[in-house]
Amino acid sequence: MTTAQKDPVLVVLQMSGGNDSLNTVIPFTDPLYRDYRPTVGIPEDKALPITDSLGFHPNMGPISDMYKQGNIAIVHGVGYENSPRSHFRSMDIWHTCEPDTLGTQGWLGQVIRDIDPKKENVVTGVSFGPSMFRAMALPGVPVATVDDLNNYGLLTGITEQAQRDRILERYKNLYAQTIGTGPVMEFLGQTGLDALKGADILGVAPQKYSSTIEYADNPIAQKLKGIAQIHLADLGTRIFYSDHGSFDSHSNQLGMHGVLMSDVSVAIQDFFDDLREHDAAENVIMFVFSEFGRRTHDNGSGTDHGAAGVTFVIGDRVKGGEYGEFPSIKLADLQQGDQVPSTDFRSVYSTLLEDWLGMDAKPIVGGTFEKPAFIETN
Amino acid sequence: MTETNIALMAHLMRRASFGASREELEARVSNGYEATVEELLNPEAKEPVDLYDLFRYQPWTWKPGTIQGMGHASWLYRMLNTDAPLQEKMALFWHGVFATGVSKVDHWDEIIDLVDMLREKGMGSYREILRAVARDPAMIYWLDNNENHAHAVNENWGRELLELFSMGVGNYTEDDVRDCSRAFTGWTITPKLPRFPMGRFDWFFEYRDEDHDHDDKTFLGHTGDLNGDDIIDIIVQQPAAAQFICRHLYNFFVADEPQVPAWSVTLPRDPEAVDMLAKVFVESDYDMRSVLRALFNSDFFKEARFARLKSPAEVVIGTLRMAGGADFPSPGLGNLARQTGYMGQDLMNPPSVEGWHTGSEWINSGSLMRRTNFFADLVGDVERPGIQAIIVNLKARGDLSPEQLVEGCLDLMGPLEISDDSRTELVNHAAEDGPIQWGNNGNSDHRVGEMLQLIVSLRDYQFA
Repeated sequence: MTTAQKDPVLVVLQMSGGNDSLNTVIPFTDPLYRDYRPTVGIPEDKALPITDSLGFHPNMGPISDMYKQGNIAIVHGVGYENSPRSHFRSMDIWHTCEPDTLGTQGWLGQVIRDIDPKKENVVTGVSFGPSMFRAMALPGVPVATVDDLNNYGLLTGITEQAQRDRILERYKNLYAQTIGTGPVMEFLGQTGLDALKGADILGVAPQKYSSTIEYADNPIAQKLKGIAQIHLADLGTRIFYSDHGSFDSHSNQLGMHGVLMSDVSVAIQDFFDDLREHDAAENVIMFVFSEFGRRTHDNGSGTDHGAAGVTFVIGDRVKGGEYGEFPSIKLADLQQGDQVPSTDFRSVYSTLLEDWLGMDAKPIVGGTFEKPAFIETN
Repeated sequence: MTETNIALMAHLMRRASFGASREELEARVSNGYEATVEELLNPEAKEPVDLYDLFRYQPWTWKPGTIQGMGHASWLYRMLNTDAPLQEKMALFWHGVFATGVSKVDHWDEIIDLVDMLREKGMGSYREILRAVARDPAMIYWLDNNENHAHAVNENWGRELLELFSMGVGNYTEDDVRDCSRAFTGWTITPKLPRFPMGRFDWFFEYRDEDHDHDDKTFLGHTGDLNGDDIIDIIVQQPAAAQFICRHLYNFFVADEPQVPAWSVTLPRDPEAVDMLAKVFVESDYDMRSVLRALFNSDFFKEARFARLKSPAEVVIGTLRMAGGADFPSPGLGNLARQTGYMGQDLMNPPSVEGWHTGSEWINSGSLMRRTNFFADLVGDVERPGIQAIIVNLKARGDLSPEQLVEGCLDLMGPLEISDDSRTELVNHAAEDGPIQWGNNGNSDHRVGEMLQLIVSLRDYQFA
């Protein structure tokens, strides 16, 4: 089959704000869970069983179905030591793989550089949203940042084509100057040139696209639709990044978190349905994570910042099942009221990097970590 | 009037205002630099922006409630029309620090009130600002302090007050977070959950003593039945708070610093400058006006030209004020107000409580494209009064060689400093069509417009 030879693609879906993992993969029979969560607990009969003791959030029906089909790996208790419980700092740690010092190199920025060292394709990495994610940032590495794929083009307000071409030519010259301009100027210069090239390339994606799948009307579904359009246009994009949120459920958690679980689950289903309809799912894996989990005990309305969290790896080439150890919620085992991480996040990255993307994880994650074997080998 | 003075005044006005026209710069230079700083520091002497026309022509900008799309248009209108620009700049500054968003609050009126409060108090005492922020209904809801009860502590506000609003990580323990949160129990809003079709009731701050935890708490070494204002009094006395707020000011007004999370492990770009500001901060009893005066009159400020990347709000408002024609609340105001969001700074709706990442993180391929497209459309519209003013000024200089056209445009849009290579490229572009002869070339206005389009497309234009 030709599809087997297609280059592997990674789609990251970031649940920003700290997803409550204990209400995502729920120890629904554990009496301690009931004790800890009088307000935000999910009733035992509502959880969608994974095993006798663990179940998905009731709004994760599509994810539960995909899990049953064997396309989802659940990695339990992912995190790092000394979790700072700050959104800012925690997200930086995930993005740069530097839990102790302040990192500046995004882990996926390094991946993009390794995939395309000569910068031959400015859309090797595509970040969806008005701002670029630090995970993708690395000086000198082009990343196309797309907010609205349908309005992606430079100086499109100049309608007279000859005049526009003439100005774009100057633009190219002006942005190409680098000598003695300093790092920020050089960064802007490169960004401008990449934007110019990227716009020409990405502009074709929505035009080439047709599908019977109607994506849900929520922001993450629409972002994943844009990602599907680019992937299906076969532009050589290997790394996609998107986020949804905010998952920062300090209050009124039940309703709010339920909507988010539904948004994400339906969006993921739409996305994979779309790819499968076009026979383009086999080389795509999605990684879903959040910067931290939340406190085991609710605060009467929601949950405060915690430590360990659950991550998902989704795709046809994923070996479905549970990985890592579900962290104990016994009072004596908690640290500062939180579940203690059982799997270092860099372990998950290492499997994604080596067994999916086929590259050496060590320099990117900064060491050797045990790899959960959630990728099918053939 | 020397060119040096004009360039320095232009620098001050880019930072303390949203830029200024040549006419305004000349008037200010004759008044003097320090007098201009004093004028900017005293917004009370200016007529406030009259919102009558705005509400008459754009009624949805008044108490928009939950209606999307026009919520921050009234702020844009103020920034476009204000005679007290530093006041708006300080509101922007504090909005970046006390980032509060409609995505969760779901009540534009309350966020507008919060920004109004920041506008009113933003140049006063930091202690008073913190007290007002702690009582602000939008903030209370945004960080769930209405869910912070004597017997069910919610740490959201308590943590962010310390991490993001005053000191930064590393200056307190998890126990301090806990007890700081306890001290703010009972600080809530009323009515609690106002639901009303197509609208919202106003929210008010309310202190409910019966829901306040009166047991002893220990916060940064102080023990007792601490209440919220006690916490704020302790916070403002911390050297870390002076450093944190002054570093924020330096980042906003002087030169780009690393992102806030890096501050606990990275020294400021100019530690002496931040120390100097922090000293004034403490000695003046946390008076922002005194700190700003010291900042604008300092050598490190005057020397920091083009050392900052403009935020979307700064560059959008600045370009609109320069091009002119946007001061009246015409149809399309909502579209103008949404532009900063397209460039990564959706006002009154920051991505999270951490606010926006600044400096070069404003720039990515998508946002740079948005910036360039919007500004090129504006300055290419030669009928706009600000562009006409530039053309009139150029005409007074007589026919122009390509070099003179480029120099003239750069001069009147700043003066802007650009590299020699960029200048050569612009001159080459102008030379393709020969010199500008106003008398016998009906196309001259458009050639100026095209030159301005190239200039706003320059990387250099993104710097202030």
